[in-house]
Order: sequence, then structure tokens, then C-alpha cells
Amino acid sequence: MTDLDQLKADLLAAIDASSGLDALDAVRVQALGKQGAVTGLLKTLGQMSPEARQETGPRIHGLREAVTDAIAARKASLEGSALEAKLASETIDLTLPADAVPAGSVHPISQVMDELAEIFADLGFAVATGPEIEDDWHNFTALNIPETHPARAMHDTFYLAGEHEQPMVLRTHTSPVQIRTMTSTPPPIRIIAPGRVYRSDSDATHTPMFHQIEGLVIDKGLTLGHLKWTLETFLKAYFERDDIVLRLRPSYFPFTEPSVEVDVGYTLIKGKRVIGGGGDTATGGWMEVLGSGMVHRKVIEACGLDPNEWQGFAFGTGVDRLAMLKYGMDDLRAFFDGDLRWLKHYGFSALDVPTLSGGVGA
Amino acid sequence: MKFTLSWLKDHLDTDASVETIAATLNRIGIEVEGVTDAGAALAPFRIARVVSAERHPQADKLQVLMVDAGPDYNGGQPVQVVCGAPNAEAYMYGVFAPPGTYVPGSGITIRESAIRGVESFGMMCSTRELGLGDEHDGIISLPDHSPLPVQGTPYADYAGLNDPVFDVSITPNRPDCMGVRGIARDLAAAGLGTLVEYTISFHPDAYWPWYNVREKAGDPIPHIKLDAAPPKVRIEDAEGCPRFYAQRLTGCTNRESPEWLQRRLRAIGQKPISALVDVTNYFTVDVGRPLHVYDEAKLSGSLVARKAKPGENVLALNGKTYTLDETMTVIADDVAVHDIGGIMGGEHSGVSETTTDVVIECAYFAPDTIARTGQKLNLTSDARQRFERGVDPCIMYDGLYMATRLMHDICGGTASGIIEAEARDIALPQPVAYDPSLAETLGGLALPDKQQHEILDSLGFWLIDDAGEQFWLHDGTPDAPWIVGVPSWRPDIDGPADIVEEVIRIAGIDNVPSTPLPRAPGVAKPTATPEQKLERRLRRTAAARGLNEAVTWSFIAEQEAAAVGGGAWSLANPISEDLKVMRPSLLPGLLMAAGRNLKRGATSVRLFELGRRYLADGERLTLTALLTGDRTPRGWASGKAQPFTAYDAKAEALALLEAAGAPAGNLQVMGEAGDAWHPGQSATLRLGPKTVLASFGMLHPALLKAFDLDGPAAAVEIFLDAIPAKRGGANERGGGFMRPAYTPPALQAVTRDFAFLVPDALAAGDLVRAIRGADKAAITDARLFDLFTGAGVEEGHKSLAIEVTLQPGDKSFTDAELKAIADKIVAAASKLGATLRG
Repeated sequence: MTDLDQLKADLLAAIDASSGLDALDAVRVQALGKQGAVTGLLKTLGQMSPEARQETGPRIHGLREAVTDAIAARKASLEGSALEAKLASETIDLTLPADAVPAGSVHPISQVMDELAEIFADLGFAVATGPEIEDDWHNFTALNIPETHPARAMHDTFYLAGEHEQPMVLRTHTSPVQIRTMTSTPPPIRIIAPGRVYRSDSDATHTPMFHQIEGLVIDKGLTLGHLKWTLETFLKAYFERDDIVLRLRPSYFPFTEPSVEVDVGYTLIKGKRVIGGGGDTATGGWMEVLGSGMVHRKVIEACGLDPNEWQGFAFGTGVDRLAMLKYGMDDLRAFFDGDLRWLKHYGFSALDVPTLSGGVGA
Repeated sequence: MKFTLSWLKDHLDTDASVETIAATLNRIGIEVEGVTDAGAALAPFRIARVVSAERHPQADKLQVLMVDAGPDYNGGQPVQVVCGAPNAEAYMYGVFAPPGTYVPGSGITIRESAIRGVESFGMMCSTRELGLGDEHDGIISLPDHSPLPVQGTPYADYAGLNDPVFDVSITPNRPDCMGVRGIARDLAAAGLGTLVEYTISFHPDAYWPWYNVREKAGDPIPHIKLDAAPPKVRIEDAEGCPRFYAQRLTGCTNRESPEWLQRRLRAIGQKPISALVDVTNYFTVDVGRPLHVYDEAKLSGSLVARKAKPGENVLALNGKTYTLDETMTVIADDVAVHDIGGIMGGEHSGVSETTTDVVIECAYFAPDTIARTGQKLNLTSDARQRFERGVDPCIMYDGLYMATRLMHDICGGTASGIIEAEARDIALPQPVAYDPSLAETLGGLALPDKQQHEILDSLGFWLIDDAGEQFWLHDGTPDAPWIVGVPSWRPDIDGPADIVEEVIRIAGIDNVPSTPLPRAPGVAKPTATPEQKLERRLRRTAAARGLNEAVTWSFIAEQEAAAVGGGAWSLANPISEDLKVMRPSLLPGLLMAAGRNLKRGATSVRLFELGRRYLADGERLTLTALLTGDRTPRGWASGKAQPFTAYDAKAEALALLEAAGAPAGNLQVMGEAGDAWHPGQSATLRLGPKTVLASFGMLHPALLKAFDLDGPAAAVEIFLDAIPAKRGGANERGGGFMRPAYTPPALQAVTRDFAFLVPDALAAGDLVRAIRGADKAAITDARLFDLFTGAGVEEGHKSLAIEVTLQPGDKSFTDAELKAIADKIVAAASKLGATLRG
């Protein structure tokens, strides 16, 4: 039946030659429509003898299938080309700028306080707070600093105006939080207390407001050795360096006895003081970072605890200073200026949450 | 406090180097602020004699000198030096810098060179070139009197500049170390040498014999007549001045101090004035014993230590007049106050070059009185620093005696006997019961009893046995607890912990071994409180939303506080008027920071601060955000720059409250944000009618003007203390982190849109709220999606379109049910005056 073969060849050629979807559809109607050539052939099957049907049937069905497939393939091809052409017309200039999303930042002081909280939490310290407008008793008297003590001259204290039951001051240190904790919490105690403190002082390295962090541990059988270990451990964790070297110097604070000032060794690298290494090496030096000591018996007594039963240690350091030493700022005043350029340069991403597993620094 | 190496060596027999001494001082608690060694920088400079001076053949203003720099220089042969100084001449002695010398005053290094064709092998120096002064008119010409210059002598030796100066910081508990002697005692205890016997130990140049002051009898200097009548003094203020010793020196000549004394005072930064004054200053530093000297001719009647009368004035030696009150101790005569006792003398009776008769005062002033007076007068002095720490009450006689002797030696005259006025006993430090095991149990360092005993002994402490007798070192050590006698110069010692400190600091605090703190088993427990977690969460949410955290001053100017309603607390002694009132709001600090940023060229400011507001009833933690400048910059797609609006502030407020765990969906938007805000474009977010969680909106133009800001600014205040604790925290859920079971509705929700015509004044939020409440079982959400006024909408009205989400329960809504819900919605809306648009 060469006419079947001929029909197939003609239809396939027509499908192939159709230049658009409309032309293709015309071919489809011509072949497979109600009046179509292939449809006509299929109708003839009914009148055939079983023998003839057996022989011719598969050929007619084969023809229908081949035409259907060819139409589908041609249709996909034509659609692809049409889409390609449409997309080509939709080209945009992707070098144009996208909308900028403002990037926020966390202030270095907050970041460092979070770092310290993380480190000390691992050592079992909770974070305590207290008022900044503090009474004379908590800021001085309970800390064994009587009114005429020369130590009060060390703190250039801001006093609040007006009549009060006792003089009110802006706390000159975070140490009153020691008192507030000891008078409200039964020992054993392990706390750190970060916050704003105030001294009437202003020059390149001093601002009338700055940030301190206080540490207090009260327990039985604690010695200067525990203090030393705690400070070493904390500084190693904070700077994330194992070569932290401390130098302890005897000193004086009215609320501790013995009292110790702590220097940390630094190494001069390209004119910058980098914490780590021995202070007595040729390229090194010492920097004072902490004041500390064993809590004075009188302070423990003032808080209603028995100094024969409980003893412990306290330490304090500048949060701003710790931030400067770790992250390299050199002007304290810039911390409080709110300059967006500075905040973006030294600030931290919201996602820089300090963790022990990832390292507290960012 | 400053002292020189040679001064220290008057009291300490040591060969230790400057570096060792400095390191030891630091180790034992005397912090070294610095050591300056002027001599070290000048080491290469030597004295040279100009042998001849000829005119330079090529230059009128230059001379060619032949210079003899000593027998050990250039084989003793003179060297040729070209010199431009007009005063260079033959036979003069000057200061020579050989080639290779770094000249500190000019910052250059001398080289052999040819100057206008004549070779020069070094330089003759001016004072300025040595860095010793400004004099640069000519080269140094050394005088031909004692000490005579000798060529080849190092100039630093000749000029006495090779005495390193220590600058140390003395803690307030150590009055003894406010004298060189106390420092020497500490160093001796630390093993750096031997404390020299208690002697007057002046510089050998003064030709002073070393002798023991305690030899009161048989005075070896004939002109001191201890039996001559002492001055008359008396004490009326026994509390403030329990002891007042005095001595008279008559017929003296108040000349310049000898060179050694001047040199020492100059080295420690003091200006020599005259011998009588210099001697008092000298002993103030040498043994920490302040003294005062009065010109007797200017006194009327005898001296009395008394309380000042209220309003009494005195012109002090610093040239300032001080008004005194009845709490202050003064030394006065019959007519006037002559000394703010223990702090500063008066100008009127101060000695001058014509003074011949003086009264020398050596008194004990009570530390408390001195401290209070000094604080009140805001007056500090070397004397105050010592008296307020507590001067050794046992060197009154000796101190006075030493001073009078030195004055007499320099100024001549006749000294009287000493009057010892004593009004009350001065409490000496009491013996301390000390268990030597405390060195280990408190100090963390186990030390043998013997070593502890030795340390205490070297510091002047002693052990007392049961009979009250001293337990000598060679007696061995007694049983614990020890009774430790405390020397008179250590008023700071009042308990066993103080003894631990003495023992540990001398034994070496670096030797204390690190001891780990006991650690609870397992992983560290969480420690943050809910408040702390809230604060952290809010801070990081704000930063994540594009806000930059600032930290601004807690104190602001009075008018800045007034602009936000006024502050409850102000400082009595502010550092400046700009930092005076404790902020009642964080807005002023942020507004000022925004202003600075805009002036620096910032176009968009998104700042926040999380800090306290200081109110009359407490300190309230608050997060305040300020948005000003461009919300979005001009852009190719967005067109012109867009400013911030109140809705930006609202978005921040809700996002922050959501992060804080506040029920953001249940909050009511109400008014009364306050005077700082734009009255029509601000609101509060409240939980119930009273609890204000946040304020937000546009700031009042008057406030912006007060802070010099031009453009509009949006702001948010979140009041952390008002936010209810987050419900359903791990503990409240019964200790677990288990969340409620996940039960999504079986059937899909349907939405229906409603458009209402409402009066202009109706708040959209009220309509939405009413609709939400129309059928609480079926309506899960209502969201306003269109607001329209204009064509087709009646004047004074607006059209609000709301999409309502309806959630079917176990079977789908029927048409009748949907209609019933729609009717409820329309009914609820109509109560607010809303009518459904057709």
C-alpha cells in the first residue's frame, strides 16, 4: 500500500515544514481532524474483513501515531523557539544596582558584654545588675571606704543635687553590685556585673562615663590562687590565645585585702600593642587590665555574712578597655559619639552571637 | 612620688641596677610610672677646652676651633671643630659631641664633615642641643668656679644629671612610702640591699657627718642650744591637731640652698625657693614628714592650733585665698590664720630672703580632718597627701630636729630647744592576731613560719610573746596564732588579711600557684535572667533590622532634658553644663548623634540605643530608635528619595515587640505618646488601657528644632520593663521544650472581601478589630487592603476594604452560614457607622 507510505511521508514533511503553531494546527486538522486523511483511514477499518484489518490495521494505527508524535515534537520545538524569542525580548541590564538593604550593627560594648557573659557562664557566673544612681552606703561605706578615706579622692565622684536621706552618687564603680548581691543572695555566689560607671574625669583616655565589669565569688576556702586562675582563664578565653601572660602586682583597694592589680603582657606588632606574649620580652610590655583582691572581711561583715565562714575574691575591669585591646580602637571618646561610620566599622553583625563552640570573638 | 637613685641610696645600701629596682618596686606593690635617666642620653657628651679659635678662611660667621676633649680622646691631641657660635673663644670650657653622637635637642647625629672647605670632627653644643633648655644664642660656656670643669669629664657627671629619677605611684594605704625611707625599707625587705641605719644621710657634698638623731644628749654642733627658750605654742583643737612640736632658729640667713639640695628637688620636679623652704620640702619627701616654717617677725603672739572660725580667710602660699569653716584645723597667731593645718601655709608669714628668725612647726594633723578639709577646699599638696594617709606619729621629734639641723647648717643662727605640745594620745596601730597558715588559706601560698617571721621583721613588724615581750628572730618562731606588733608608720594594718598581704607581696605574688575554681559537673548551666535575654534579643533584632546601636551619655544638658519633659536627677558637680541632668529619655542623645551624623554628610540615619532612663522612681531599661534622613535614597527604579514615615516607626515597634514576645496582635494603638511627638502622627502601643509598651511615630517639629534638625524624624521607644514576661517559657511549660501538638485545620480557609464607607474620623484599626470580633469562631483574620477617598466617595467619608479569612471547622461552610457571617460582619461594622458599599 504505497499510498499509505506516501501519505505518511507527505504529512511528516508538511509537519516539518510548518513554520508556526497555526500552520502546524492546520496540518493536524488536515490529518487528524474529523475530516482528516488519517481519521478517514481509521474509519475504513470498520468495514474491512478481519483478515484485511489484521494486516492493514497496524499500519494505519502506526501512521496515526507517527503523525501525532511528529506534531507533538514539532509543537514543542515551535513553542521553544517562541519562548526563546520572547525571553530575548525581555533582556534587562543586570548591572543596574539592586535596592540596598540597610545593615545594622551591635555596639562593641554590648558585644563584649555578651562575650564576657558567655565566658563567665561557662565558669558558673550569673550576670547581676544594680542601680547607677547609687547611695553613698552601697558605693562607699559598705565597701570599707569611709567618708574621709583618701580612696574617695581616687574616685572623682559625681554627686546628685537635692536633699536625700543619704548622699546619692553616680556609682563610681560596679562594686556596689557586690554589696547588693551579698545582701540579697545567700552564698555561694558567683556573679559578674557589667554596666555604666561615672567619674568626673575627661581627657583622651578618660570619659566621665564608661563601662566596667565586676566579678565576685564568695564561697568557702577560696584563696588568691583561685583568683589568679579565674583571671588567667577568663583572659585566655576572651582573647582566644593560650600565650596570655599575667603579672600580678600588690596594690590597694579598700574593699579587698590582699589587693592585686593585674597586668597582661603584650607584644608590639607593627606599632600596635597585641595582647599575648611575655611583657618582659624585647618587643613586649605590660598593660594594666584588672584590679582585684580577696574580699575584705569588713565588706563581708557589712553584708551580714560571717567572714570566718565565707571568703572570696572580687575583680573589676573596663569593658571599653577590653574592647579596645581586643578589637584595636584607640580613642575611647569615639565609643559615645554615635558616628555611623565608626559604628559600622567597629560594630558587629546581629548574627555575631558569641558562642563557646564558635569562639566568643568576632 | 618621685625620688632619685642617689637619694634612695642614702637609705638603702644596694648595688642593684635601675632596672632591678624598678622591677622589684612593681613586684612588691609600688607601681613604677616611669624612670627617667637624663644622664643616659647625654653619656657621649664630654667637657672640652677650646685651645684656639681662628676665623674660618671662607666664612665670616664661622670659626675654626682646636678643642681638647681630654687625655683619653684622640690621643690627647686637640681636634678641629668648625663652629658658628658667636661666643666661641679660646680658653673657654664647653660641651663637646664627638662624631656619631645623637644630639637629643636637634634630633641629628653628628658626622665628620667639611664645612665650607674646612674639616670638622665634632660639635660644640648649646643648652638647647642637649635638650636641657631653650638657650641657643651660643654654645655652653662652663663657669670657672666650683665645680671646676675638666676636659674629658662626662658632662652628665659634671652637671649631676646622671641620677636616674623614679616616678612611683603610692597607694593610699601606704603613708610610709610617701617618703624615700619607706620605699627603701620595702626594697630591703624584698632582698635588694640593707636599710641604712636611721641617720641623717645627706649628700656627701654637703659635708654632713652621718650621725644618729636619737643621740639627743650631747649635741655635737655648738650653735644649737637646746636649752634656749623654745617658741610658745598651744593646742585648742585636740582632735584636729593632737601634737604640735616647734623649734626656733634665730639669726639665720635664708640663702639659696646648696647645689646638692637644689639638684635633688629639681630632679623630682620641685622648684628650689630658699634654704628654709627647701629643707621642709626635702624632709617631706625624704622621710614623709611635712614641716612648716614661719617668719617669726610676721607673727603676733604665740601660735595656736585651733579650729577655724566660720568665714575666716587665709591667703595661701599658692596665691589663692581660701574661706575656712569651723571644721577645719588651722595654725594661727593672735591676729590671723597662718597655716591651713597640714595642707598649706599662709603667704603672710612665709619666709623670704630677708627672714632671720623662724619658727619651725612639726605637728600631727588628724587624717580625717585633713581629708575633709582638703576635699572641701579642693586643695591638694604634698603635705596633705601625707597627713591624710597618716604621718608616722613617732618621728615628730626626730623630724623637727633633723630639719632644724639642716637649716642651721645652711643658714647659720641659733636653734632653741623643742616645745612638745601634746593634747591627746595618737592611737598607734594595734597588734594583730595572725595565724601564719593564713598565707596559704587566704593568700594561696604556703610559706614556712620562719620565712614569714623574717619578712615581717624586715618590714619593721615584730612578734610578741605571751609576756608581751618581743620574740626575736633568733628565738625561732612561736606557736600560732601569732601576735604581730605593727610599726608606727603602718596605720593601714588592722587585721590578719593585711599581714597576709605583707607576707605574700614580699615573698612574691607571682609565686602564688593558680588554683582552678571548683566546677559543677556536666555542661555549664544557663545563667541569663529573662530580663537579660529580653535585652539581648531586642538588641540583636534591632541590629538585624538595619539599625545601628549607639551608646550615648547618660547625662545631658538641662535644656535638652527640658525638651523631653525635664529630668528628675541632676548632678551637683557636673563636669560641664552639657552633661548635667540624668536623661529622662534616650531621644536627646540620639537626636544629637543624628545631628552630628547629618553634619558629617550622612544621608540616612537609623540609630538605636538600649539603655536606662533615669526617672524619679527608678532606672528604666528602654530601647529607643531614631530614623531620619532618607528612608530610601533616590533610585533608578524608585525615583525620588523617600523620607521616613510614622508607619516605618510602627513597623519597627511591632517587629521589636514581636521579638520581645509581647502579644503584638493584641496591642491597642492609642494616643498620648507625649509632648515630644507630632500630635497627629504618633501613638502608643498598649496592652490594656494602662500598660504602655511602646511609643512610636513622628517627632514634634519643636523638638527637632531644639536639637537643630531640619528634616522630619520618626522614632520608637520600647519600654522593656512594661513587656510581660514571655509566656510559655521552658519552665512555665512544665520544664520541657515540648510545643503544643501540630493540628492544621482539615479544611481550607476561605476569604471574603468587604468594602465599607466610614466617616473620616473612624480609625481603621477599630473597624478591623470590630470585624475580627464579629464571629470569633469563624473569623481568623481580617486585613485592611485598601483605603480610598475621592471620586465616588462621599465628602467626609472614606472607603475601607477588608479581606476577611474564614476558617471552617469539621465541615465546609454552607451558603447560609457564609451569609450569616457576612451579616454579623456588616452589623458589627455598622455599629461604628460603617455601611457596606454596594
